[in-house]
Amino acid sequence: MKLTAIAAAVLTAAMAVPASAAEFSDGKVKIGILNDQSGVYADFGGKWSYEAAKMAAEDFGGKVRGVPIEIVTADHQNKPDIASNISRQWYDREQVDAIMELTTSSVALAVQGISKSKKKINLVTGAATTELTGKQCSPYGFHWAYDTHALAVGTGGALVSQGGDSWYFLTADYAFGYSLEEQTAKFVKSKGGEVKGSVRHPLSTTDYSSFLLQAQSSGAKVIGLANAGLDTANSIKQAAEFGIVAGGQRLAALLFTLSEVHGLGLDAAQGLTLTESFYWDRDDQSREFAERFFKRTGRMPNMVHAGTYSGVMQYLKAIEQVGSDATEPVAKAMHEMPVDDVFARNAKVGANGRLISDVYLMEVKKPEESKREWDYYKVLATVPGDEAYIKPAESGCELVGQ
Amino acid sequence: MTTIFDVPVQAFLGQLLIGLINGSFYAMLSLGLAIIFGMLKIINFAHGAQFMVGAFAGYLLLKGIGVGYWPALILAPLVVGLASAAIERIALSRLYNLDHLYSLLFTFGLALTLEGAFRYFFGASGQPYAVPKELAGGYNLGFMFLPKYRAWVVLASLVICIASWLLIEKTKLGAYLRASTENPTLVRTFGINVPLLLTFTYGMGAALAGLAGMLAAPIYQVSPLMGSNLIIVVFAVVVVGGMGSILGAIITGYMLGILEGLTKVFYPEASNIVIFVIMAIILLVRPAGLMGRDA
Repeated sequence: MKLTAIAAAVLTAAMAVPASAAEFSDGKVKIGILNDQSGVYADFGGKWSYEAAKMAAEDFGGKVRGVPIEIVTADHQNKPDIASNISRQWYDREQVDAIMELTTSSVALAVQGISKSKKKINLVTGAATTELTGKQCSPYGFHWAYDTHALAVGTGGALVSQGGDSWYFLTADYAFGYSLEEQTAKFVKSKGGEVKGSVRHPLSTTDYSSFLLQAQSSGAKVIGLANAGLDTANSIKQAAEFGIVAGGQRLAALLFTLSEVHGLGLDAAQGLTLTESFYWDRDDQSREFAERFFKRTGRMPNMVHAGTYSGVMQYLKAIEQVGSDATEPVAKAMHEMPVDDVFARNAKVGANGRLISDVYLMEVKKPEESKREWDYYKVLATVPGDEAYIKPAESGCELVGQ
Repeated sequence: MTTIFDVPVQAFLGQLLIGLINGSFYAMLSLGLAIIFGMLKIINFAHGAQFMVGAFAGYLLLKGIGVGYWPALILAPLVVGLASAAIERIALSRLYNLDHLYSLLFTFGLALTLEGAFRYFFGASGQPYAVPKELAGGYNLGFMFLPKYRAWVVLASLVICIASWLLIEKTKLGAYLRASTENPTLVRTFGINVPLLLTFTYGMGAALAGLAGMLAAPIYQVSPLMGSNLIIVVFAVVVVGGMGSILGAIITGYMLGILEGLTKVFYPEASNIVIFVIMAIILLVRPAGLMGRDA
């Protein structure tokens, strides 16, 4: 009797493995983290996002429905052609099931196009453009963490309510800078604010003193920095030097995260206003996650790192629920399932693939207010997800309403 | 309000001063380049990287062993100079007999290697370096707020430029240097160690870049890419001034800095190309540069 029971158990177990494995292509779930690991965005996302993705896989138990999870990574050097080649290779030859992170808008759009045509899931955390969930949306494409619209609403709209009602823009002289300025200006005006002017600076300028001087003499209450990366860092550092914040004007960085604040130091960055969708010191859950992240990387996560963790987690949860890694059902589940984890609380995914979660307007602390390393932000306002992101119905994505 | 070409005279004066500050960096960097090219006939593409290493040396001295700004101002260039002298001895000196292209490629490779290595260890977003306490704050000049540190940079660069020029044009050491570039064989017959002089020259040129980097650390983010952004402009300055002309490099550095500053007021979008437009014009009209001798 006992023998029969054991035999039956063994038999069931033996049958169970091939049965479930059959639902999974090549017997594993493989996720590719593709981003900039050597250029200007290497700290913004970079290998830290890869680490966050590995954490998610480990926290999930290393396996989903008994099938091992594997995370791979590559550096796209901010070049869409390189990114396209890597994604094709991953999808065609290396059985990668989904590609994530994808810092830099041009890269994200290219890879989303490829994923769409190959019917694969991609999840963007590092790129800003709203096109990903607008005209160029994909039924298998998801956009996590932030976008230019959320940044504009957060910094542009919410800051006006805080009294910053006249603006002057320092704008990087290329498409990204223009669109950031335009969107932010729109929200400033819609809240009753005024735009006093703007100056366009070439990409990768080292000295901003002339531009800052023009911004200073404009008398605007807020100087909006519609640039990115090292350009923003240098503008802020030099603004501190020329006493702009000390003189009563407020600096608002339109795309700036914890990683860059850390690079700049509080002396230069104090008083800066910015928008992020995650802060590690938000509650016990986020602190616990951040401490574990810190142990592995020596730094605290910003919204891109935490967003990548959340994206990988959600993808695995969807697979768990569906019991397969087939694209169509998993994408469907990801659209329907609520998102509730360390990154996004009570969040949902729109029909256009946009994760709709709260964003926070932050102010960088003064050095004396900071109690420990990485204690950088004061939360000025919380912008609910529904206000921060374009409504799926108005996004221009043709999938909405189908 | 008084205006010059529709720009308030106060803004105009402010921009003029800022141009002078940027010109100081251009002058210091192009000076080192001009010295190396003038004496060694090497186009030193690693100059931007040496500038960056200078800034990082300052940062590491402070962060690692607590050495402050003032000692680092001496130590950082020394580190860069000695390391570069060693590189000249080990590698660069073997390339003198070959075509110029080889040394150009070597220094270019060196620059990429250095930038890559620093980016690997320190990331791309840069490290902070605070303005020294003595120089924090600034003066209100009425037409603009002049940070004390910027004033110091202008002063320091003027002193350095004049001192370097005097060293090369007016001292015995300078005379040896110039002689050994004209006719190394002849100078050697007088019992002067020419290879040692060349090593010294390269080390000194690189140390100047390191010093400029150290001066720049409190103004710009100390980042692995800080040199590559500047180096192309500096090459243009050297070409306009006349390849190898030290005085030409200094004067052109200040001049183009001011011109660039003014462009930022009148037509900001063009501010990063104005220097190259001037370079193209100068090359057409005076191929040897403003103060260069015709080859």
